[in-house]
Amino acid sequence: MSTLNYIESPLDPVDAVYRHVIPAGDGWMHLIKQGQTLRILDLEGNQAADTLFFNADDLSERYSAQDTIREQGAIYLTSGTRLMSNLCRPMLTITADTCGRHDTLGGACAAESNMVRYALEKRFMHACRDTFLLQIALSGLPLTKRDLSHNINFFMNVPVTPEGGLQFADGVSEAGKYVEMRADMNVHCLISNCPQLNNPCNAYNPTPVEVLIWDADLHS
Amino acid sequence: MSTPLYEESIPGGAMWSMLIPRHRLVRLTALEAGANLSALLYNARNPLDRINVPDTLKALHTAKLTRGHILMSDMGCALASIVDDTLGWHDPLGGHSTAAHVREAFGEHTYQDYRNDWYRNAHDNFLVELSKHGLGLRDIVANINFFSKVTADLEGRMTLDASHCPAGAQITLRTEMEVLLVLSNTPHPLAAAGSYPRVPVKIEIERSEAAPEDDYCRNFRPECARTLALTERLYI
Repeated sequence: MSTLNYIESPLDPVDAVYRHVIPAGDGWMHLIKQGQTLRILDLEGNQAADTLFFNADDLSERYSAQDTIREQGAIYLTSGTRLMSNLCRPMLTITADTCGRHDTLGGACAAESNMVRYALEKRFMHACRDTFLLQIALSGLPLTKRDLSHNINFFMNVPVTPEGGLQFADGVSEAGKYVEMRADMNVHCLISNCPQLNNPCNAYNPTPVEVLIWDADLHS
Repeated sequence: MSTPLYEESIPGGAMWSMLIPRHRLVRLTALEAGANLSALLYNARNPLDRINVPDTLKALHTAKLTRGHILMSDMGCALASIVDDTLGWHDPLGGHSTAAHVREAFGEHTYQDYRNDWYRNAHDNFLVELSKHGLGLRDIVANINFFSKVTADLEGRMTLDASHCPAGAQITLRTEMEVLLVLSNTPHPLAAAGSYPRVPVKIEIERSEAAPEDDYCRNFRPECARTLALTERLYI
């Protein structure tokens, strides 16, 4: 296990302008304005929050996992990581992280990938991509499956070995761990609180996460 | 390989695309050392179904691509199987170059000054080539880079191995459905500054057949057999 990078936030939940608990297996889509800070809080531990971002002023610009890891020269996300778009521009910056490492290689679960990974009979289980599709359909925004791409898995641990292996390790998160990011542009944040029951990404036990938003002027 | 149905050399800097029928072998050969071919694959019947790098990697438990691996779509189908590979490592992590990368690493070479030796980049090449098929920016997803190797150390730091690809390196795909293959023969975005690499890559296509029961890729992992089974459902 490599070094983990713990940075606590000075922000107080009492000052948050928005708080919402996303139940296990549910979704959430919300506008984060430039300068605002979003916190995702792992309420019960070892939960995976599958997350995508869209530029609210130009929806064709969206989070890009490959641009993010390449531009920082490292595959894990933590404090200091700039979340980059498909136009290779910073969308948000991670400003605090008490988990220490987050994955952006593993993607989101889908009914179809569950069939490939586990068994053809897994088709009818709930999966993150269905949550993404429902949330964008309900949002009223002109987003479709075409706009869903390679996401972030906050709180998930997917180590890559120097030999090029990909592992799904036990989570490094626990109850009360959080990650915080400041928006560098107006973004729509899309979260699927992962319902996966076939692997240890949630410790086989999907649980709620909380999202909190602070306004820009609280940053000193 | 018997006489190819099609053969062409893609010059350094250039882009390429083709609708390729099911069960064709597509052999790519680096004609000099140091090639990088950025690639995207789409289900030709439904380009909304396209290569899904994370689904491919997690199904195969790998962060590199080589023989035995199957490039999977986001609907769980097999786009193409890697049936042969002399390199052992092709990059699914590094993404593709932009105009800014190329300008920063190699300087500016405009068409006006350099004609067809100008410096092109993968992002613009993808936009142009995809537009010919009615696709665009929203269809550019995480890509793969044939002939390149990017490792991650225990801290996660990424390194491009500049000496990875010798002249003559080859990788052969077998299409498992009708595929739109889009290629950009442009430098890897982590390529070191210096002279703009211009390595021609030969592409040959020949007829093949469905993966037999004892096929190496089909049997590489149980996930491979399942993605091939799902692909059959496109053809019932």
